[in-house]
Amino acid sequence: MEARLRNIVPDQELLTFYEQMFISREFEERCAEQYTKGQITGFLHLYSGQEAVAVGATAGLHGDDYILSAYREHAQAIVRGAEPRRVMAELFGKATGICKGKGGSMHLFIPGLNFMGGYAIVGGQFPISVGLAFAARYRGEDRIAACFFGDGAVNQGTFHESLNWAQLWQLPVLFVCENNFYGIGTEVHRSSALASIHKRTCGYDIPSEKVDGMDVIAVYRAVKYAAEKVRETGHPYFIEATTYRFRGHSMADPATYRSAAEHEMWKARDPLPSYAKRLIEEGIATREALEVIEARCRATVDDAVKFAEESPWPEDSAVWEDIYV
Amino acid sequence: MSEMTYRDALNLAMKEEMRRDASVFVLGEDVALYEGSFKVTRGLLAEFGEERVKDTPISENAIIGVSVGAAMGGLRPVAELMTVNFALLAMDQIINHMAKIRSMFGGQTFLPMTIRMPGGGGSQLGAQHSQSLETYFMHCPGMYVLYPATPGDAKGLLKSAIRNNNPVIFLEHELLYNSKGEVPEDPEHLVPIGMADVKRPGEHVTIVAYARMTVLALQAAEELAGEGISCEVVDLRSLAPLDEDTILTSIRKTGRAVVVEECWRTCGLGAEITSRIYEHCFDILKAPVIRVSGLDVPMPYSRKIEKVCIPQPETIRQAVMDVMSGVY
Repeated sequence: MEARLRNIVPDQELLTFYEQMFISREFEERCAEQYTKGQITGFLHLYSGQEAVAVGATAGLHGDDYILSAYREHAQAIVRGAEPRRVMAELFGKATGICKGKGGSMHLFIPGLNFMGGYAIVGGQFPISVGLAFAARYRGEDRIAACFFGDGAVNQGTFHESLNWAQLWQLPVLFVCENNFYGIGTEVHRSSALASIHKRTCGYDIPSEKVDGMDVIAVYRAVKYAAEKVRETGHPYFIEATTYRFRGHSMADPATYRSAAEHEMWKARDPLPSYAKRLIEEGIATREALEVIEARCRATVDDAVKFAEESPWPEDSAVWEDIYV
Repeated sequence: MSEMTYRDALNLAMKEEMRRDASVFVLGEDVALYEGSFKVTRGLLAEFGEERVKDTPISENAIIGVSVGAAMGGLRPVAELMTVNFALLAMDQIINHMAKIRSMFGGQTFLPMTIRMPGGGGSQLGAQHSQSLETYFMHCPGMYVLYPATPGDAKGLLKSAIRNNNPVIFLEHELLYNSKGEVPEDPEHLVPIGMADVKRPGEHVTIVAYARMTVLALQAAEELAGEGISCEVVDLRSLAPLDEDTILTSIRKTGRAVVVEECWRTCGLGAEITSRIYEHCFDILKAPVIRVSGLDVPMPYSRKIEKVCIPQPETIRQAVMDVMSGVY
C-alpha cells in the first residue's frame, strides 16, 4: 500500500507540485505553438513528459542549493522561480529576456535563484557543478550543487572526470540523471555498455539509486533524502530518474525512431493526469479546484507570450556589451 | 628592484596574491605536493595549505570546468595546465564555456579566473609537447591572453591576471623559466593588461615580438646595432587585447616592420598583426612587412632540425637586413 500523499507532503505543497507541473507543460506546448509561428527560432528542446523530475527534485532541494542543467531546462528554471514572461521573452530573443536575448532557449541563467545555467554542450555542466560545490565548501556555505543531465551525457569524458573528482575531493554534488532513454535518436542500450545508468557510479564509489521519474512524489522523496545525505556528509550522491519526453529531441525531430506502442505506454504514465487522479482520490483537491489552478497557469502563459511579443528587440549595440567585465 | 628568475617571479606573484586575497586558490596536476612540474608553485602548499593548493586528477577539461564553477561561486582560481599542449583537452571548457558564459548569460555573472600554461618549443620534447598555441586562444573573444617575456612582466602581469574579473589565459615560455631580470619589489606593482612595451627604442625598423621571441629579437637588435641598424623592439606582452596603438605608433616612426612569432605561420598572430599594419600604415611603409614564423610542420625531435623550425636570432637578424635592403 502506497503512503497517502498528505502523510508525505502538506496539502498546499501537493497542490503547488500540480501547479508547477501544469505550468511547465503549458509553457512548453505554447513554445511549440510559437515555434511553428516563427516567433521562437533556433533550437527548441521541450520538456513535456518529464515534469515530475524538475518539480519533485526542485522541491527536494533548498533554495540556496545550486541547480545546473542542460539545454532542456525551461521547466527547471520556471519551477525554480523564474518569471515565465522573461523566459518566454528570452526564447523570442527579446531584450527583456532573462539573458537579454543573448542566451536563448538553451542558456537560461538566474543567479538570484541559484539557477546557474543551461548548458548546450553535452556534459559541460558536470565540472562546473563540481566547481560550484567546491566554492560553497571553501566559503563555508551550507549549500549543495544539483547537476541535472540526460542519459546521453553519461558517455562524455566530463561525466567520468567529474564523478571521480567530486568523490575524490568529497564535494557536495547531487547528480541527477534524467534518463528519457534517448540521446536524440539513439536509445540508451545502443550507446551505453551498461544501460542501467545508476550502476555506473560504482567505479567511483558514489551511492546511487533509481527512481520513477514519472512520479513527482517518488522523485521528491528520493531527492530530498539524497540532498540531505549530501548536505550531511559533504559527499556526492547520484539519482537516476527514468522518464520520457513526449516530443522529439527538438522541434526539428519527429521522433520516428520510437514505436507508437512505446509512446502510448509512456503516455499512459503521463505524470500530470495520474497525479491529478491521486489528488482527487485522496481528497486533497476536487476536479474543480484543479481546474482553477489550470486556468491560472494558462493565464500566466498567455501573459508570457503577450509580454514576449510586445517586448523590444535588443539594440544592435548590445552585441558589444557584457562580454568583458 | 631585485633580480630573480622568471620562475621565481611567477611564484612570488602567486604568493603575494594568495596572501592578499583569501579567495585565490591554486589547482592543477602536481602543483601541490610535487610543487609543479616546472616548480613554479614551489612552497605554496607549505604556506597556504591543502584547501588552497590543490592537486587534481589528470582531467584537463575538468580542471578548467571546476575553475569555471569555482569562479562563478565567488572564488579566484589560478589553474595550472601542465603544458599548453594539454589545453587542447580542455578546449571545450575554455572556448565553449569559460569564454562564453558571461555573454551568453546576459552579463549576469563573471569569471575571475586565470589559467597558467607553460608552452613553446626548443627543448627537444617532440611534436606533442612543443607547440605554440597562442593564436588558438587569441582567436576567441571573451577572454584575455597574456604572454610575458621578462621576469618583471611575468610577475606584474600574473598579478593583474589574478586580480582581473575576466578569464585570462596566461602563457609562460618553458625556456624562459631560468632567465633572470629585475623585478619590482612593491607588491602593488602591476603590469596593466592590454599594454605592449617598447623594450628597446630604435629608428630604422620595428620588430614586433612576444615572450621568448622578444628575448631573441633583443639579441638580434643588439647585433644589428653594431652594424648601424637601429631596431625598435615592441614586446606585445598582452596578445588579447592587442595594443594596436603601441605597434602602429612605432611603425609610424620607423616605417618598417618585422613581426616575429613562434607559432605556425599560417593564420598565425603575425598574419593578424601584419594585416593591421597594412590597414593603418600602408601609405607610410618604406618596405613590405616581413614575418618570421615557426615553420608549418609538426615539431621534430632532433635538436639539429628542431632549431630549423623555430625563429632564431639569426633569422630575425636576416629579416631585418632584408627589410632594410629591400631584398626579399
